[in-house]
Amino acid sequence: MKKIATGNKAVAEAVKQVRPDVIAAYPITPQTEIVEQIAEFVSGGELKSRYIPVESEHSAMAACIGASITGARTFTATSSHGLLYMHEMTNWAAGARLPVVMANVNRSLGPGWNIWAEHTDALQERDTGWLQVYVSTVQEAYDATLMAFRIAEHNDVLLPVMINLDGFLLSHIMQPLDTIDPGDFIPPMSLPHAIDTKNPAGYGGLTGPDQQFRVRWDIERSMRDAVKVIEKTQEEFAKRFGRKYGFTEDYLCGDAEVIIVAMGTLGKEAEVAVDMLRQEGVKAGSMRLRWLRPFPKLNLKGKQVVVIDRDYSFGRGGILATEITAQTKEQVASIIAGIGGQEVTYEDIADFVRHRCMGTEFWFGVDKYV
Amino acid sequence: MFEIRIHSRGGQGGVTAARLLALAAIYDGKYATAAPFYGAERRGAPIVSFVRIDDKPIRIYSQIRKPDMVVVLDASVMDVVDVLQGLKAGGKVFVNSQQKKTFSGYVSSNVDLTGIALKENLVVSGSPILNTPVIGALAKMGIVSVESAKKAIREMFTDERNVKAAEAAFREMSA
Repeated sequence: MKKIATGNKAVAEAVKQVRPDVIAAYPITPQTEIVEQIAEFVSGGELKSRYIPVESEHSAMAACIGASITGARTFTATSSHGLLYMHEMTNWAAGARLPVVMANVNRSLGPGWNIWAEHTDALQERDTGWLQVYVSTVQEAYDATLMAFRIAEHNDVLLPVMINLDGFLLSHIMQPLDTIDPGDFIPPMSLPHAIDTKNPAGYGGLTGPDQQFRVRWDIERSMRDAVKVIEKTQEEFAKRFGRKYGFTEDYLCGDAEVIIVAMGTLGKEAEVAVDMLRQEGVKAGSMRLRWLRPFPKLNLKGKQVVVIDRDYSFGRGGILATEITAQTKEQVASIIAGIGGQEVTYEDIADFVRHRCMGTEFWFGVDKYV
Repeated sequence: MFEIRIHSRGGQGGVTAARLLALAAIYDGKYATAAPFYGAERRGAPIVSFVRIDDKPIRIYSQIRKPDMVVVLDASVMDVVDVLQGLKAGGKVFVNSQQKKTFSGYVSSNVDLTGIALKENLVVSGSPILNTPVIGALAKMGIVSVESAKKAIREMFTDERNVKAAEAAFREMSA
């Protein structure tokens, strides 16, 4: 059905169709309209989920963990500092192998008090064992949320999934949205290690030095297996519903000499910059990274790579640039742009390519082009 | 691509007008996005919202710098904001006003949307509703079709007075 929706509404619509058993959320700034809209669905009887308004984000994730461990399908949404406050529990959800699905609206971290788009919040969750996908349109936010449940709950994965959408830029923009009936695309959840609530028994107790590494390795093994599950899920989605997604979205990369790598809305706007550059005779392409975890093998051989980071790791560099230089021997120009909602246009992105200086880092708004 | 910047004051429905316009454009079979200016909106403060309409999917998220059209829902913002900033040469300016406003170098037009809203008794918490009548005026200017404009209004509002107000604005618009 053709409608118009914000990124927030699109995620809520997808959640409604997947019908989680339990949704836990804490309504405080910076929470999102996602949980507001879901609360409306539940109170209006359109969605028969148990909605738990908890007292903090830490508790929101704890409630999802408690519910998930009984085999219940769970969802929550958060943003920025809310996500940071969950950090202990996000580790626990992954470690306990619980397929919790969460939407995170990417926003900057304080201070200064800033509610605008940045990826550093989610990237601080990079090493928790969560799968992370970054979307760039309202439609993609909806589609990725549907797929997240199937991927998380797949018994070769059993790890939580985080859907990331840019604060304001995507959470608040209104774009066309085509909703679908997922039907049996998302099979019922079946958690092999679910607690039998009629005969409860505890687990997750003391794990000694002779066992812990096995528990951790098992997370990594599933993370590697998740690659195939994601591929298959995306293929099946395309076959059934006609919309194709990959680990990356590649735009004119084939013959490109220079490739822009970015995530989220910047990665989409980069395509417009590519069109401009091509008209000037610059063989540019855009590779929008969708999945950060598991991190895909990027085909960048023989290309100059311009990485745009809407995030930073102090004392090291752009997080995406660091990930990419660890994987490829190709020359990388690292651009730090869009921090805390800093306005970055397709013309700016074209400038990053025109003035690229391989092997260096360039802070947009701070550094001058040489 | 056709880019529109809407000027209003917080609480006057500028964001809803953007949304209605984008929805109507989608009903016309086009692609459209509507976005508020990203920030803290305060009631009464001058705000802007953006609409992009195109035949292809829209891949731009940054703000509109060089609009093809400017819509002013509250003429008093013109005292404090340069509404013509970045407007393309020969671009369109629409102002909610009884008086004819002319801007040299641009195509200017006006309709008394406030008067129409008051006549239809389309008032919420003491403020006349401007976001539905303005869609009628923009339909007359050919930005969206009348059918799609009405469909979009009915999709978002159950009160038929909104459609009537849009029709009145369509009639009063000199075109």
